[in-house]
Amino acid sequence: MRLLRAVKDKTARYIMLGIAIFTILFLIVIGVSLFFKALPIMKEKSLWILLTSANWKPFKGDYGFLPFIFSTFYVSLIAIIIALPFSILTSIYLNSYASKNVKRLFEPIVDLLSGIPPVIYGVWGTLTIVPLIANKIAPRFVAFSSGYTVLAGGIVLAVMIIPLLISIMVEVFRSIPKEMTDASLSMGATKWQTVKKVILRKSVSGIIAATVLALSRAFGETMAVLMVCGNITQIPHSIFDACYPLPALIANNYGEMLSMPSYESALMFSAFLLFIIVVLFNGLSRFTLNQIERRYQF
Amino acid sequence: MICAAMIILGVLVYIIATVFYRGLPALNLDMITKLPGGGFYLGKEGGVLNAIVGSLYIMIGSLIISILISVPLVMFVNFYLPPKSVFAFLIRFSLDILFGIPSIVYGAFGFALMIYLGIRASLLGGILTVAMLIMPIMMRSFDEITRLLSRDLPDALLSLGATKYEMVKVILRQLMPGLVTAILLAIGRGIGDAATVLFTAGYTDNIPASLNQPAATLPLSIFFQLGSPVEEVQNRAYASAIILTVIILILSFSARYFSSKFSKNKI
Repeated sequence: MRLLRAVKDKTARYIMLGIAIFTILFLIVIGVSLFFKALPIMKEKSLWILLTSANWKPFKGDYGFLPFIFSTFYVSLIAIIIALPFSILTSIYLNSYASKNVKRLFEPIVDLLSGIPPVIYGVWGTLTIVPLIANKIAPRFVAFSSGYTVLAGGIVLAVMIIPLLISIMVEVFRSIPKEMTDASLSMGATKWQTVKKVILRKSVSGIIAATVLALSRAFGETMAVLMVCGNITQIPHSIFDACYPLPALIANNYGEMLSMPSYESALMFSAFLLFIIVVLFNGLSRFTLNQIERRYQF
Repeated sequence: MICAAMIILGVLVYIIATVFYRGLPALNLDMITKLPGGGFYLGKEGGVLNAIVGSLYIMIGSLIISILISVPLVMFVNFYLPPKSVFAFLIRFSLDILFGIPSIVYGAFGFALMIYLGIRASLLGGILTVAMLIMPIMMRSFDEITRLLSRDLPDALLSLGATKYEMVKVILRQLMPGLVTAILLAIGRGIGDAATVLFTAGYTDNIPASLNQPAATLPLSIFFQLGSPVEEVQNRAYASAIILTVIILILSFSARYFSSKFSKNKI
């Protein structure tokens, strides 16, 4: 009887250990297999040409990823520029000003926003943002715009990353010891001064980490961006031009292009690129956030 | 600051209102009880039952896989490893990174894996890929809830002479509401994601009868219908969007309900 219990315990432990090792290895497996899938194209063309050439003619064997990489960064940057002020202000409000009831109201709102599927954001974008840009905003600046633009992608993405930014920033602000803000307030500083000089200054690294995390989320967002940003292979010159980010490229072409091995490999290369960027950004910001969490644990 | 907060609240309302405003006229019982009929994509009769059932099948399959993997893992990290262990840190760190990997990368990887294993775009492929996507979500939220559990319960169990395995079985019962919350969150993310199933699950007008057949999914059905030039079909996309939004709303609120229940029952 005692033996049976011990055996059960041991078996369970080894199974769990196996699963744990599998989880860590899984990340490496994804990276390595994407790399090997991307290898043929990297052998064919130098990495430098792949990354900096704007010449995209798969049927002639030219694979320049610059338009896609540039579009990805452009859209994400616009999204961050729009999302950051809203998220910082809202998180400060929720942390230092809002009453308990408001906080309780906002939690499900942030949850809901982050829970809405990308496709719904895409539907919303095509219904409201795209016509808004085409009819109202763009005519003031350029002669013609279809509305399916960098700006549309940026706005939709901004709404999608705001919940992520808010939830992390609220955590970061919360990790600041209450003694510090109390000390500032008791010295006669106003609430706003305390926010500016204590809370914001103390949480710069956290805000940066949150931004980088949100940026990496924005890089990989597929469906919503694909639906609103036009998908024309070009280097967008202004925010009123259409663009074609990397995830959209994969989503639009993968699966149909298996007859051309080099095309498939090129698409795998873009998946690998995304993977590397996201893992790097994620790793860095998660590391910083962990550090912050640990520093203020008491 | 109140303005910023109000704008965010406004955007949420705006999104839901837009979808409902455009979709409600096209929403009827046929949408959720019928398969797409002949000429469905030209605006003739039919519904999106194939997509609803397909999404459901994929979610059930991937949930089974991911529960089987995430529950033991979370238990291992929390109760088998010492609190400050490097191994536990490594696991949590890689979970964080896995959590951040975009769904399109999972989709591409899943597809490459399927080719390697010789599986065609099918229910099975969709299940495997969605499982990859939702596993980190489930593990992370379950882990966070498990960490909140006070150490007294495990200590008491161990001092009564239970083995660790027996201890975990008792603790799991205590953590059940937390697990349900984690599962609901994972479903919410998995059911709405289109990029993972785009290449791996395929698309069909029928309900899949076996694991080897392709399966339709709700987000993809919205996406394809929206791409049609026919207005009735587009309106149906909005109606399908309502169905998906309602599912998500229900999931989100029940997750909230369960997690509040959990904090009430905490020892």
